[in-house]
Amino acid sequence: MSTRIYVPRETAAISVGADDVAIAIARHAKETGASIELIRNGSWGATWLEPLLEVVVDDKRIAYGNVEPADIAGMFEAGLLTGGEHARRIGPVDEIPYLIKQDRWTFWRCGLINPLSIDDFSAHQGFKAVSKAIEMGPQAVIDAIKTSGLRGRGGAGFPAGIKWQTVADAQADQKYIACNADEGDSGTFSDRILMEGDPLGLIEGMMVAGFAVGASKGYIYLRSEYPLTFSILSRAIVAAREAGWLGENIQGSGFDFDVELHLGAGSYVCGEETAMLESLEGKPGVIRYKPPLPAIEGLFGKPTVVNNVVTLASAPNIVNLGGEKYAAYGVDRSTGTLAFQLAGNIKRGGLVEKAFGLTLRELIEDWGGGTASGRPIKAVQVGGPLGAYIPANQLDTPLDYEAFIEIGAMVGHGGIVVFDDTTDMAQQARFAMEFCAIESCGKCTPCRIGAVRGVEVIDRMIADDKRDENYELLVELCDTMEDASLCAMGGMTPYPVRSVLKYFADDFASPQEADQ
Amino acid sequence: MTSEDFDKDTASTIIGGFENRPEMLVQILHAFMDRFGWISDDAIRQLADELNLSRADVHGVVSYYHDFRTAPAGKHVVRICAAEACQAMGSRELAEHAGKSFGLDMHESNDEVTLEPVYCLGNCACSPAIMVDGKTYGRVSAERFDEIVATLDGASS
Repeated sequence: MSTRIYVPRETAAISVGADDVAIAIARHAKETGASIELIRNGSWGATWLEPLLEVVVDDKRIAYGNVEPADIAGMFEAGLLTGGEHARRIGPVDEIPYLIKQDRWTFWRCGLINPLSIDDFSAHQGFKAVSKAIEMGPQAVIDAIKTSGLRGRGGAGFPAGIKWQTVADAQADQKYIACNADEGDSGTFSDRILMEGDPLGLIEGMMVAGFAVGASKGYIYLRSEYPLTFSILSRAIVAAREAGWLGENIQGSGFDFDVELHLGAGSYVCGEETAMLESLEGKPGVIRYKPPLPAIEGLFGKPTVVNNVVTLASAPNIVNLGGEKYAAYGVDRSTGTLAFQLAGNIKRGGLVEKAFGLTLRELIEDWGGGTASGRPIKAVQVGGPLGAYIPANQLDTPLDYEAFIEIGAMVGHGGIVVFDDTTDMAQQARFAMEFCAIESCGKCTPCRIGAVRGVEVIDRMIADDKRDENYELLVELCDTMEDASLCAMGGMTPYPVRSVLKYFADDFASPQEADQ
Repeated sequence: MTSEDFDKDTASTIIGGFENRPEMLVQILHAFMDRFGWISDDAIRQLADELNLSRADVHGVVSYYHDFRTAPAGKHVVRICAAEACQAMGSRELAEHAGKSFGLDMHESNDEVTLEPVYCLGNCACSPAIMVDGKTYGRVSAERFDEIVATLDGASS
């Protein structure tokens, strides 16, 4: 019998050599006549251990971490196929503390299964929720989502059940599900890990949403910076179609649903829902005025559920296990779990799906192990480029939507970027404005012009050209952008800027002044 | 990057593959980029004709998105992530190193290489990250950068 070996086909793992490791294994097995079955799974999300190889011994998956192609021959000699001892050996994958201490509701199949196998997916509860939803009926599905308290995981945190109800109640000949997979925030990669590790799980989530609101067509809007994800998703859609899980009259149920995959083209603002709809229609990704809400007039003017990847992929288990079960996780109005992503200057970066309510410190220290550089933390940016920089003395803030709003920050999509004490925060404030200037869609003046002026004002402050006057001007500019921009791009760019002014004002001082 | 000169028949076949649907314009432009490497005025004219759009409509889309070039790129496209997570791991220094080794500023090209910033490759737990000819690399030190570039034909200066 051949021994099963798993090596992830996932962007981060491949970016540090997983393909080369897979090739080395195949070559070595061929040369030595070892009988192996090589499976390319998704990533478990312990990215710091990638490439993470697993070998199945007596139904146990034994993990080896940070494997390099040059290790393979030695690993085989050390008895890899029987889980032999080696410097790279970690032990059973289901005993890795980083993973077992998580609350895996949405990401539980990532790493576990072969992402492109309908059989493997079905053997792990795949498509069970669609069948159950069809039995329950649309309103019962929406009620379960409402009970769960699930909120939009793209960052805005709007209750998913209410959105679904609005679309379900709208009268139209055609409705759509539009999955926002334009994961542009720096420090975030949970959508990608899900789509690469469990693409059929996302498709099932879209099917559940489609059935609940009466939509027969779904779109996935994927960013172009994820070429591997595109290839995996494309193959998953074809596999689902061939197995009769997408298309007309799915499994004889009378329910029609199909998915079309669209690629973005490098525009950050297309992650904003109305800009994304414009782009899906083949137009420039310029945002729309709201109202009308997309739930009433969305894609091609039809009622549309726009949800993030993780939101949709959380739905099947809510249908399977009940909304109460999901709502039992988390705190207050932040129910359920969020896939936090540890990024930037962090020793153990990766994905941590955990119930809301733990603190930033627990995540960064217990999971992340502190900074990669070993130096003290200076700031942590949570929620992407539009999120505030949080100083080290606020790390005990619990991660929930409302607690973060209280300190002028946001949880957003759950990306956590750590910076050490060598960081010049004035440059980070400048970058926030610069990024807005580069990515603004140009529709509203506060964002389009404000961001350019913001860079200039900050440059003058850094150069100590009338610093106090320019400080006042910057605060006023932030007010204008926040109050008068049409969307979060211009409206929230001031968040990181203000946080630097508030907590790291010393970084605007010249070195001589700072020494005094 | 492999690309060939624009030709109307190939372009027509690509557009036909998307059933001449105007809402597929962004997708068709991606297919043009894959095939021709950049979007020429001829391409814009033909897209307008076959999708029943104005040339201004098509130009508006081409110029809006960062992905669509209106001039050929170098043989290799090297993109350095310039977003926050990579900044926290020294991407500013890496970008400088890349610029020096190619003798290029950001957004500049020579025949061999086009050097560009990119705002997040979603590889933020392996920062700093770069993308070379569509392939993502993580934990890229200056030394690793040199090794990667050394494998590209004709790219080293």
